[in-house]
Amino acid sequence: MTPPAIDYRDLQGVVRFGYKHLHAARYVLARVREREAARAWLREAPVTAAEYSLPPPDDALQVALTAPGLDALGVAAAVRDAFSPEFLSGMTDANRSRRLGDVGANDPASWQWGGASRAPHVLLMVFAHRGALDAVAARHTGSAFSQAFTITHTLETSDLDGVEPFGFADGISQPWIDWAQGTAPASRALDYSNLSALGEYVLGYPNEYAKCTDRPLVPADAASALLPDALDAPGQKDVGRNGSYLVFRQLGQDVRRFWQFVHGAAGGDLAAAERLAAVFVGRTRAGDPLVPLSARPVPGTPDEQAAQNHFTFDGDPRGVACPFGSHIRRSNPRNTDYPERPAGLTKLLAAFGASSKGFRDDLISAVRFHRILRRGREYGPPLDPADALAPASATEPERGLHFIALNANIGRQFEFLQNAWLANTTFADLRGETDPLIGTREPTPGCPASGAFTRPRHGAPADRVNGLPQFVTVKGGEYFFLPGLRALRYLAGGTS
Amino acid sequence: MTPQAQFFVTAPVAAGREGELRRLLDGMNAAPGHARTDNPLVPFFAFDTIHFARFVIVDDQTLDDTTAYGGPRVSHPPALAFAGEVDGDLDTFFAQAAAHAAPGLRALFGCCQDGPGGGDLAAWLRAHHVPAAASYVNWVGRTVRRVREDAALFEAVQGHLARDRASFEGQPAPAVHLRLRQRVWEDVAAGRLVLTPDAPTPLDWRLRRLAHAVGVPLLLLLASPLLLPLAVAGALQLRRAEQTDPEICPRTPPEHVARLAAVEDFDVTNSFTAMGSLKPGLTRRWATVALLGAIDFAARHVFTTGRLARVRSIHFARWVFLDDRTRVIFLSNYDGSLESYMDDFINKVGFGLNLSFCHGIGYPRTTWLIGGGSSDERKFKEYLRRHQIPTQVWYRAYPGLTAVDLERHARVRRGLEAAQLGGDEARAWVELL
Repeated sequence: MTPPAIDYRDLQGVVRFGYKHLHAARYVLARVREREAARAWLREAPVTAAEYSLPPPDDALQVALTAPGLDALGVAAAVRDAFSPEFLSGMTDANRSRRLGDVGANDPASWQWGGASRAPHVLLMVFAHRGALDAVAARHTGSAFSQAFTITHTLETSDLDGVEPFGFADGISQPWIDWAQGTAPASRALDYSNLSALGEYVLGYPNEYAKCTDRPLVPADAASALLPDALDAPGQKDVGRNGSYLVFRQLGQDVRRFWQFVHGAAGGDLAAAERLAAVFVGRTRAGDPLVPLSARPVPGTPDEQAAQNHFTFDGDPRGVACPFGSHIRRSNPRNTDYPERPAGLTKLLAAFGASSKGFRDDLISAVRFHRILRRGREYGPPLDPADALAPASATEPERGLHFIALNANIGRQFEFLQNAWLANTTFADLRGETDPLIGTREPTPGCPASGAFTRPRHGAPADRVNGLPQFVTVKGGEYFFLPGLRALRYLAGGTS
Repeated sequence: MTPQAQFFVTAPVAAGREGELRRLLDGMNAAPGHARTDNPLVPFFAFDTIHFARFVIVDDQTLDDTTAYGGPRVSHPPALAFAGEVDGDLDTFFAQAAAHAAPGLRALFGCCQDGPGGGDLAAWLRAHHVPAAASYVNWVGRTVRRVREDAALFEAVQGHLARDRASFEGQPAPAVHLRLRQRVWEDVAAGRLVLTPDAPTPLDWRLRRLAHAVGVPLLLLLASPLLLPLAVAGALQLRRAEQTDPEICPRTPPEHVARLAAVEDFDVTNSFTAMGSLKPGLTRRWATVALLGAIDFAARHVFTTGRLARVRSIHFARWVFLDDRTRVIFLSNYDGSLESYMDDFINKVGFGLNLSFCHGIGYPRTTWLIGGGSSDERKFKEYLRRHQIPTQVWYRAYPGLTAVDLERHARVRRGLEAAQLGGDEARAWVELL
């Protein structure tokens, strides 16, 4: 199948840009109040597309829908039921919660929003220049909107200038989407690459397996005439094409607890605390990785990120420089399909495990199938690590991250990352520990507490920091479908 | 070394008794799907040789798929299967089972046609055991006792390190090793730790293994003038068939997924049971026998120490033929959640998945039995989920421990049993701690 060229006019802009030049953003969660009005509003919504423009747009509106939202809009069951199972069942299914670590303090029962009975129907993402957000938001959520929808939550964001609330530079490593679909995924099997197939993020295009993921296809008829043709099913129209699955999680960050714990564990010295925190993260606060840059460049890394992103963990197989448990190593192990670039006969033997003899060999799945595009924004005021050592005030504001990830297969991408890598108490060869930043510390079988952090050392028993409390608490979340512009009109009953 | 054996005792459920059987099975559990180790029917704690065990109501939801291949609609009554992995030989295990769990097993299998009644239970179990067509053991010779001893030893070593951190700090690795070794032998002498030497490897097992390792290739070689043309003709025939064999990988009903997921991910290890009908035809049947035989051969003689090809997360796995080799049931115990298990498989041993599962009706389309198939990730995952059946009762002897944990513990013990380690060996050893 020859993949079609991407049509940026049909793609919501946030997939391509992230709109970093628009420093103000607000997320509006709403439920359908009056179906016909809601459909009419969505058909006419001035959603910003991903076409390149100079100057870039002064504001942007993006729209995403939940599965209950599709029902509320009256989308036909046959269309709805063909979306991916994860999207349909939602984030808060009990069996899913167990896998995602949404237990204990993260239990959806205590979330501020999201969850079966309280799921939002629609998410508006409004982006604007500083000072202009209220006006832009008012333009979109005026009387036509409020006739159609009831706003349940308005989530504000803050611009911390590329730093997340704990004080670390964030968003440095992102997959580089192969928009031109110019390189075969197999070329990424042997060398770690930042380049990633379009179909990993945008539905209706080939992914790293050269296949399309789950999305509804409908017969070609008058109603579906506006939709693009399906790539992998002749004669069918593609409701998913140019859409993406959007994972939204509101992650509350206890910045004081984080720095107070690290400060104590580092012996009460702020500089040592910053060094220990950097080991938890895998980067310094400025974003520099703890392992040296590699000689071989990492394909798909833009030049301006080269200084902080041209690295793999190949030179640190035991995790001495950057522990396996560090946040960036858990969330992107930067490995390949085969551990040691085998070729020819060696590759054949490697496929049968002949090269895997060492204790830590080959424990982590190949990263190219488990990547996400992060588009989240922080909320709450900044708090300097030194100030964070003081006790919380009576009116302590909430801080955290509105985590937003785009992917084409929620199960294999976001959920795999969250379950098999971040929340997993037995990631790599570790035991009794979860991600030091975002993990829960709930007990697991055979392991009464999961608050350890292991720092391997050369020729010595590993160092362990024990008793990590939970620093991040999930406050809300839901799975959304971020449709292509034509698909949005189609789902809202439009025919053109 | 004590080898492991796998049992699969099965009998069809008697008409009208399934509800009663399900109630009995549910009564064995502490939580849905998870056995109470002291349940009165089969008190697993009384066995020190069972690694994993399960009771499954073998009831294939996909039987009607045969009609998509032009076959008749077939029906099989649900069957009860008691399956597990044990140390030592099966006769010993069946005798133990009869000794420790007779009333329970008689009650459970009493719900089956031709149950054991009041007769010789061990003989009945033996008679209803179906040997596997292929089976895999993560580490041949690692007993339950050994796993538990190694884990206790590892914890003891960690305890010594934690209690006396300062005195180990800055010491060269060989010195750390020597001192820990000394502490451990003190523990052993004081009875705080038990380190039982391995039992001698049974002679008959070694002989049978040797005969298998040499005999099977030799027979194949001798028969090759006959087998090769047959294999080529068979491969060509299957190649033609695989291009038109219908795929049956629809979306798994959410209720089915929910029923399965409800008992998963409560431990670092999960159980997996799946079944289906083979594609019709003798060629297909014998190809399946041959390929599963090849897997069994590799598992017995090559993949015996912690790795099934590149996969390190499987404790035990096996394929069992049912009903005159028209159906296959697959059972495994694996680390991680199902999604990561399947991903790991697809990416690391997709060829092996295809070779072993592509004979099942409806499997995603393969190329020469090796390519394609599981690399159609979504279809493959739907296929597996659709063929998966719930495990009613599951027991594991060492909750919380992954296969990688077991290997680490074993390496630590091996290091401690050495009187002295050289510099590099000692450094690698202390890095395990």
